[in-house]
Amino acid sequence: MANLLRGEVIKLYKNLLYLGREYPKGASYFKDRLKTAFMKNRDETDPEKIKQLIARGQFVIKELEALYYLRKYRAMKRRYYDSDE
Amino acid sequence: MARVLVGVKRVIDYAVKIRVKPDHSGVVTDGVKHSMNPFCEIAVEEAVRLKEKKVIKEVVAVSCGPQQVQETIRTALAMGADRGIHVEVSGKDYEALGPLQVSKILAALAKKEEAKMVILGKQAIDDDCNQTGQMTAALLDWPQGTFASEVAVEGDTVKVVREIDGGLETIKINLPAVVTADLRLNTPRYATLPNIMKAKKKKIAKVKPADLGVDLTSRVEVLRVDEPPQRQAGGSGTGVESEECTDTQEGLCLGDGPNQGGPVSHGDWDKPEPEPGPEPLCVCDPAPPVSTESEQWDTVL
Repeated sequence: MANLLRGEVIKLYKNLLYLGREYPKGASYFKDRLKTAFMKNRDETDPEKIKQLIARGQFVIKELEALYYLRKYRAMKRRYYDSDE
Repeated sequence: MARVLVGVKRVIDYAVKIRVKPDHSGVVTDGVKHSMNPFCEIAVEEAVRLKEKKVIKEVVAVSCGPQQVQETIRTALAMGADRGIHVEVSGKDYEALGPLQVSKILAALAKKEEAKMVILGKQAIDDDCNQTGQMTAALLDWPQGTFASEVAVEGDTVKVVREIDGGLETIKINLPAVVTADLRLNTPRYATLPNIMKAKKKKIAKVKPADLGVDLTSRVEVLRVDEPPQRQAGGSGTGVESEECTDTQEGLCLGDGPNQGGPVSHGDWDKPEPEPGPEPLCVCDPAPPVSTESEQWDTVL
C-alpha cells in the first residue's frame, strides 16, 4: 500500500515540477515552494491523509493549468481584441 | 469522414519580450523560448474534440521548419493528435517561409492525405499574417470558414459560426473545407507531462517540400524590422488610481505591436491578473472559472 502511494506521490511531484517550468515567477521559485510543500508532509504515514494530500496536489495542477490558460487568453485578448485601447 | 489536417506553428512564446536584431533584419530567436502558436493550440483542440465526438477518425498535425518544430508537433500529439508530419525546411528557406509557401505545402499534404478538413489557427502571433488558411482554401479550391468561434459537422457539410465585426455570422459550407480558429472557439487542454511522454510513441513522418512538388521561392523581401515606438512614461496618480494607471500603460504596450511580447509583470502574479476594472469576459467565453484559491495558490502549498 505504502509503496503504491509512494509512486503516486513521485508522479505528482514530477508533474508539478514540469508545470512549474512555465511559472511566471520562474521555475526555481516554483521548485523551492514545491519542495518545501512536499517536505512539510514527509513524515505523513496515514494512507488516508496521503490520499488527501495527493488530491490537493491534483487540485493545484488543475488550478495551474487554468491559470496558465487564462493568462494566455487574456494576453491574446488584450493584443488582438481590445480595440479601444 | 476520415481525416483532419491541423497546421501547427512554432513561434516565440507569447510571454517573451521580443528583441529586434541590431541590423534590423529580423527578431532575435536564438536562445529564446518557443512554443506552439496559441491559435494553433485552439485548432488542435477543436480537431481533437471532433475526434472525441467520433465525427472524424484521425487527426494529423503538420508543421514546417527545422528539427525543433518536432517539439511543437509533439505538443500537438500530447494534446490528442494521432500522428505528425514534419515538413523539413531549414536555413534560408525557413527564413523566407511565408504564408504562401506554407499553404502550398498544406494544400499538397491535404490532397496526399485525403483530408476532409484542414483546421488552422487564424493567424500566428509572430508574423500576424492571417493568410495561410485563406490561401490554402484557394489553392485547394475548397470552401473556407475563417475566424470560427463554433464548428459543427453535419453530414457532408459543416456549420461554422464566424466572428465578424460587431457580431457573429453563421455559414454552412460543404466538406472538404478549410477552417481557421478564432480565440473563442474552445479552451485548449494543457499538454501534461504524462501525455507528452505517451506522445513520444506516436509517429512523426518526415517529408521534404520537394517530395510534395512544392517550390519554396518567396516573392516577399523583408526590408527592415523595427521595434514599435517607445511608450511615454506614465504620470503619477494617487491611491488606487495610480495602480490602474500602470495597468493601462501595460495594456497599451501589449496592444502596441503584434510582435511585442510585452512585459510580464511577474511581481503581480500573486494578485489576480491586473485588469482595469472587473473585465466582463464575453458571454461565449470558454474560460474556466478560476476560484480565488488559484490566485492565492502560493498559500495552498
